[in-house]
Amino acid sequence: MSLATREAFNGFRRSPVLSVLSIMTIAFSLYAFGLFGLVALNIRAALAQVEDRVEIRAFVADGTTAEATSTAAGDIGAFPEVQSVTFVTSEEALERARKDLGEFSDVFEAGILPASLDVQLKPGFRDPATVKAVADRLKTYDFADDVRYGEEWVQKLYRIRNIATLAGIVLGLAFAGVAVIIIGSTIRMAVLARAREIAIMRLVGATDGFIRSPFLIDGAVKGTLGGVLALALTWVSFSLITRFVITAQFFDVRLVIAGVAAGAVLGFIGSALSVSRHLRNV
Amino acid sequence: MIRFTRVTKEFPRTGVALREVSFHVARGEFVFLTGPSGAGKSTILKLCYLDARPDAGEVRVAGTSSVAIRGNDVPKLRRKLGVIFQNFRLLEDRTVEANIGFALEVTGAPADSIAPKVARLLTQVGLASKATAFPSELSGGEQQRVAIARALANDPVLVIADEPTGNLDERATRGVFQLLRDINAAGTTIVMATHDLDLVKRANCRTLELNHGSLVFDSGAAMLAGAPLAEGST
Ligand SMILES: Nc1ncnc2c1ncn2[C@@H]1O[C@H](COP(=O)(O)OP(=O)(O)OP(=O)(O)O)[C@@H](O)[C@H]1O
Ligand SMILES: [Mg+2]
Repeated sequence: MSLATREAFNGFRRSPVLSVLSIMTIAFSLYAFGLFGLVALNIRAALAQVEDRVEIRAFVADGTTAEATSTAAGDIGAFPEVQSVTFVTSEEALERARKDLGEFSDVFEAGILPASLDVQLKPGFRDPATVKAVADRLKTYDFADDVRYGEEWVQKLYRIRNIATLAGIVLGLAFAGVAVIIIGSTIRMAVLARAREIAIMRLVGATDGFIRSPFLIDGAVKGTLGGVLALALTWVSFSLITRFVITAQFFDVRLVIAGVAAGAVLGFIGSALSVSRHLRNV
Repeated sequence: MIRFTRVTKEFPRTGVALREVSFHVARGEFVFLTGPSGAGKSTILKLCYLDARPDAGEVRVAGTSSVAIRGNDVPKLRRKLGVIFQNFRLLEDRTVEANIGFALEVTGAPADSIAPKVARLLTQVGLASKATAFPSELSGGEQQRVAIARALANDPVLVIADEPTGNLDERATRGVFQLLRDINAAGTTIVMATHDLDLVKRANCRTLELNHGSLVFDSGAAMLAGAPLAEGST
């Protein structure tokens, strides 16, 4: 293996520009994943807090009997998505509004606010789609005057998160593709530069795996360096954002290690994809 | 050691290089392969070290058959062979000992066994004093000895030599040929392609003659058949 490792590092000396380019594209690929991943991660953390408070409020129409309301409440409580149903009387609603609004509490007169059934959903059923589905089902009940749910900004947050995730994946994959291409041409140069050696290795009975291994190690090392560079870039961006824009959370250690490992894998795959093809031609 | 059975080899642009060639080389033999340029000598040797596969027929070398090759059979076979060429094929940017050590290293020899083995090989080919020289600092004959040392690195049972003296003068030719004879005397089978008919005549070894891709003369078969050696065809 020492020979393979030595040869792998010779690759850097032989084509420094392409090597640096390979490392940088891998870094940009992972940086794109990292940056948008960070956005998605933080939105998710925010959403997790918001989701705890997600509830659907079905306002009870005037003139609905108490029996009808409690039958409906029992009915709704049996929905698989529903955790609890609370009946809030008109007076309680007023009390709550007063508390929320503090000094403006005077503006409310008893009877202005309707009674409602407040429906809490089980964890895992608090995403916009499910909330909407349950709300729509509540609307079909006769007692329901109006159904309110999920403030629109929850949906906005979800949309931002999805866009960030998608943008990260698209940009990351684009850079990964470029990285694979550049690694491919690096390998081509390295194979050509070593054509004589490779021919002699074959002649004396070196296995294909042995001949391939320096190129794969080369790729994995470049990928790891790219991963570390991406980590540094992401960290700097994160620090700037935390300092000047908003406090946020960073990836945990496991994700950081996974990110650098992803770089190694990307470099390795980039090499593996092209090395056999180019070796066939020498 | 080598058995060709009705071997045909065709190349896309140049057509048939070998046509239904059959012969057998036993363990321990020294065999010359002769014939005019383009007759197919190098092609036969390439088939022997599986650098080429026959289009029809079967090549068996040192227990490996061309019709049943799997996985690492080719490298495994090559570790049992030594191959040398007219143009030496040394790595110019490495010393003599590094060139020989390379062959050991890439076939997975233990690191601490390499240096003593290289020293022994260099002594065997008479180049112990040139271990740290670069190929460009050696004469043609010396370079070919380095190539032979490299070919012997894995203790081959068969040495395949494609015009090993083609680039050498008379004296160097005799030296290299004597080295090959010594290796043969120690038990290694040798097949050597050559243009040098003087050498062939003087050596009195079995000779296979090719012409236009066909085997036209086999002195071994001729002797077995009781035919006079001088008559050259079919
Ligand atoms: N790789 C190849 N591609 C196409 N044709 C080839 C190839 N190798 C050999 N040939 C053809 O096969 C025929 C035999 O070639 P070969 O090299 O075996 O001849 P040779 O007897 O070794 O000649 P020489 O004495 O000049 O070395 C030639 O006609 C040559 O053009
Ligand atoms: Mg030839």
